[in-house]
Amino acid sequence: MQEKLDYAGELQDYLKGFALALLLTLIPFGMVAWSALPRFTLLIAIGVCGLLQVVVQFHYFLHINLSREKREDLWLILFSILLLSIMAGGTIWIMANLAHRMH
Amino acid sequence: MRASTATHPGLNLGNHHTDAHDKAETLVFGFWVFLMSDLIIFGLMFALYLTAQNPLSYAGGPSPKDVYDLGSAFAQTMLLLCSSLTFGFAGLALRHKLPLARVKFWLVVTLLLGLGFLSLELNDFHDMFTKGAVPSRSGHLSAFFGLVPLHGLHVTAGSIWIVIMLLQLHFLGPHPMVKIRLLRLGLFWHFLDIIWIGIFSIVYLGGLA
Repeated sequence: MQEKLDYAGELQDYLKGFALALLLTLIPFGMVAWSALPRFTLLIAIGVCGLLQVVVQFHYFLHINLSREKREDLWLILFSILLLSIMAGGTIWIMANLAHRMH
Repeated sequence: MRASTATHPGLNLGNHHTDAHDKAETLVFGFWVFLMSDLIIFGLMFALYLTAQNPLSYAGGPSPKDVYDLGSAFAQTMLLLCSSLTFGFAGLALRHKLPLARVKFWLVVTLLLGLGFLSLELNDFHDMFTKGAVPSRSGHLSAFFGLVPLHGLHVTAGSIWIVIMLLQLHFLGPHPMVKIRLLRLGLFWHFLDIIWIGIFSIVYLGGLA
């Protein structure tokens, strides 16, 4: 009985995650296809929707949450993101600066 | 509370199998380490792509607006998102000991969605080639063909992995080792969809906005 309830609950979680991800996909695609907003506003909206969808998929599909037993996975992910932001952010910063000076 | 069910999807080794469970946790954590190193590779390819966004890097060749196809990018996004959901269904069916046929059915659906994604992507590349947008044309296109097909290669590897797991499920049944492999395949497949969020946001939507 317990197992049946869990199944329904987990199924609902997957469907909820799917619905949220779908919404966060449709919004930016719709904006790019049909809206006449300035490019900068569009880019901000695309970025926000993308980041939200990454969080949604980590939560609902990869089951990463703040519970104690997932803490190690979460630390690993956050540390990788820290390393990546130093490397990717630094690369983009330096190269953008260089491009700016070449004009 | 769902605390006891909050373990990774696909595992139903139970609390009394403590050793097996600990081993599974270690294997899954190791796979997370692989995924995160893969994330670093993708992240740096994204950084490379972004540094090649300056119009100077088009080198007089085709710009994103000339060669990207929003409709096709949207279709690929939908296929991959649906395949993530159907893989979730397969994992749930396995975890809750539903008939094995159900697990296999959802795996086959996931495989077909993945192959549909790949064929659309290859079709896109073919269109780009006919428009003269080849990797050697400009720095921007080199960066594009370094990033997007890298993801496509991962999806190809994932599809082959699904076929292998279907064979293992068929011949070995729901053996604990097979379950843990499927669990890791699930992490890999969902991870690829997360990378795709970056690709459609930065490459396609960013390029066409």
